Amino acid sequence: MHSRGTIEYNERIMNEGPLYSITALFDTPDEIIHAAEEVSKAGYTRFDINTPYPVHGMDKAMRLRQSRLGIFTLFFGLLGTITAVGFMTWVTLVDYRLVIGGKPFWTWPAFVPIAFEITVLLASVLTVVTMIVLYFRFPNVSHPLHDTPYMKQVSSDKFGISIQANDPKFDEAAVRELLRSIGGRQIGPVYFDADDRAHAPKLFEPKFLGVLALTAILVSGATYFSFNKLLFMQPFSWMSEQNKVKAQTPSDFFKNGIGMRPPVEGTMARGFLPYPFKGKPEEAGKDLVNPLLPMPANLARGKARFLTFCSPCHGNFARGDSRLQGQFPNPPTLHSDKVRNWPDGNIYNVMTEGQNAMPSYASQIPREDRWAIILYIRALQRAEHPKESDFK
Amino acid sequence: MSTAAIEYRQEIPVVEGKPSAAQIDATIAAPLDEFPKRTWWVTFAVTATMLGFGAYCAFMTVFEGLGLWGINIPVAWGFDITNFVFWIGIGHAGTLISAILFLLRQHWRTGVARFAEAMTIFAVICAGMFPVLHLGRPWLPLYLMPYPNQHGVWINFMSPLVWDVFAVSTYFTVSLVFWYTGLIPDLATLRDRTTNKVKKTIYSIFSLGWRHSNRHWQHYERAYLILAGFATPLVLSVHTIVSFDFAVSVLPGWHSTIFPPYFVAGAVFSGFAMVQNVLIFVRQSFKLKHIITMNHLEKMNQIMIVTGSMVAYSYLMEFFIAWYSGNEFERFAFLNRALGPYAWAYWIMVCCNMLAPQLFWIKKIRRSIPAMLAIGVLVNIGMWFERFVIIITSLHRDFLPSSWGMYYPTIYDIGILIGSFGLFFTLILIFVRVLPVVSISETKAVTESAQPGHH
Repeated sequence: MHSRGTIEYNERIMNEGPLYSITALFDTPDEIIHAAEEVSKAGYTRFDINTPYPVHGMDKAMRLRQSRLGIFTLFFGLLGTITAVGFMTWVTLVDYRLVIGGKPFWTWPAFVPIAFEITVLLASVLTVVTMIVLYFRFPNVSHPLHDTPYMKQVSSDKFGISIQANDPKFDEAAVRELLRSIGGRQIGPVYFDADDRAHAPKLFEPKFLGVLALTAILVSGATYFSFNKLLFMQPFSWMSEQNKVKAQTPSDFFKNGIGMRPPVEGTMARGFLPYPFKGKPEEAGKDLVNPLLPMPANLARGKARFLTFCSPCHGNFARGDSRLQGQFPNPPTLHSDKVRNWPDGNIYNVMTEGQNAMPSYASQIPREDRWAIILYIRALQRAEHPKESDFK
Repeated sequence: MSTAAIEYRQEIPVVEGKPSAAQIDATIAAPLDEFPKRTWWVTFAVTATMLGFGAYCAFMTVFEGLGLWGINIPVAWGFDITNFVFWIGIGHAGTLISAILFLLRQHWRTGVARFAEAMTIFAVICAGMFPVLHLGRPWLPLYLMPYPNQHGVWINFMSPLVWDVFAVSTYFTVSLVFWYTGLIPDLATLRDRTTNKVKKTIYSIFSLGWRHSNRHWQHYERAYLILAGFATPLVLSVHTIVSFDFAVSVLPGWHSTIFPPYFVAGAVFSGFAMVQNVLIFVRQSFKLKHIITMNHLEKMNQIMIVTGSMVAYSYLMEFFIAWYSGNEFERFAFLNRALGPYAWAYWIMVCCNMLAPQLFWIKKIRRSIPAMLAIGVLVNIGMWFERFVIIITSLHRDFLPSSWGMYYPTIYDIGILIGSFGLFFTLILIFVRVLPVVSISETKAVTESAQPGHH
């Protein structure tokens, strides 16, 4: 029972919860060291000293164990070294064996700088994270001491002690008496904030969900924009836009506005031969002669081209048994008497110009290859209709 | 004891006068509470303009490509790498002050450590910009890191340039963590001081709920010691690795075993010149003369004599080795440095780095603000030219005379250099207005009778 009189220092106007601690302030470091010693001696264990800067000798006065933070540092440091060396070993020996400058795959001296840096990185950053998260339980801005006049003073120029109500030895009157006897000033209680205690963060709070949704929209929007738009804009577009004229595009540089220059009159493409038998299959049959001899090399070439270009419709053995499952009209067999009796020039003409449903293959199959295909068709025909002499 | 005859063997009070803890709070937090004055705005306008010009040049470089720069074969590394090494070097003073002097129990570091650490971070930001721009496609820096990719390719762990990526990024991260760890108690003090609701929210978030508890201070001090212990070899490793970028190559003028210590000494040298220069203005304009005292500045000047002399020794030793090695190419490279087309740059470097800091042997100069300001500026000019000389003169004379060439920076090269200074000083100007430039809790801890007497 404490009176709400004028001597109460840390009076809370806000919604009060249960008692957290009794606090007292001191003016000098000597006093606070003395206070810590006395409070420890009296057997209190759940108390804290709050000072604007670390006061030498406080650990001893408070009977604190030495900080064990270094063990974590050692662990994280070793983790860093092992990770870095192990990773570089795996890359150079297993995943990406590449001879560089004639040196061995596993060049450990070259690994020293990176192993060192990763060791320092993990050890120092994770030590701080461990300290903040594991030791301090931070971030935590709703501790009962926050926003009290007590905290305002100890963070500037006073030295404070706070004996918690959950200490097994805690008895309010005795604690006040002890603090008074060691010279504490502004002795007063600190309460839990009832609002803070009643407030438990909920997952489905509309505010939280709103922030979550907004983050999701922003992140996915930014990602979509980066990958689908930004990467196709200059200068990120992998040098796709350059100061040069592309084929078949207009250009202001020339008078006629055409980017490409027309060739000099009478220019002929290299290897070009005029085809004078357009629409004249008979003449083609009469005048054209296969320039290739039925040698194994030519037959092999013809076979390869036949299988690529002709066999889808004509079938692998030119029997007119298309592989296209009726998606395109089947051509007649090439083993008919008509085709067998055609001179080579006629077949050549069909390939060059097309016939009925068959389009021209002149642009796809070079001249010599067409002749090679004819050699192969002749071989297929001979296989279906062998001569007597073939059986000897 | 008069101030004129300081007994160096005796402990000098770190903080002059005997300000109370509340006065320290008020002095250090003052720039954060008041609206900036005209001087600040004018300075800010100048640095922001420089930054803007640099940003324009950087944008054009990204948009048009590296053809806008003066680099070409044989001089493929120009202002970009010069600036990179220069800025990384500037950063080193911060870590040296915060970590090495901490381990050496040099209590005077308290007044300048926070500011120097901030400078480290800003300098590394400036430095990091250059290699990334130098990539040509700066939006693909991920390619520098080993990450599983569809190309099935890993980076080459034998390359000093890859070591550099790890060194600089680790250096930045650890410096940032170190700096932030130091800031937590101060942010808590600011949180409890301020009456502004927005500021209070920001300070509350970043102070993480610090309660100045001694159960926390205990671990905090240990963590700070551990961080200092790691930052010390780290800072030495960073410029060592930067020097490997050169020393591991086979180019005369670069291929030299003296490079690591020489680079580290040079980095500390230029870093201290920069810290000293900027602090002169900070202590003046924010009335911190009793916290950042003349003794602090003098000590920094003394460190500049030490490191400056180490750098001078390296310059001489390079020439000696070039002669002593009997290697014709090596000899030519160094004679060409001193007498060739870039001799002017070499002699600027010698005057500014070897001769100017030797004036600090005279105590009057060491304790005179205008003199130390001038020498500090000269040292930084000299140190910039040192990197210019090392990079450009070694490259511009190839092994075959038919491959010789010259390097002429373009307006974009110069613009980005100006922009990096703009960025650095703009960040500093913002920093001095939003965060305490001196550590509040550490300063309180080193004032007289801040620690319990023996009882």
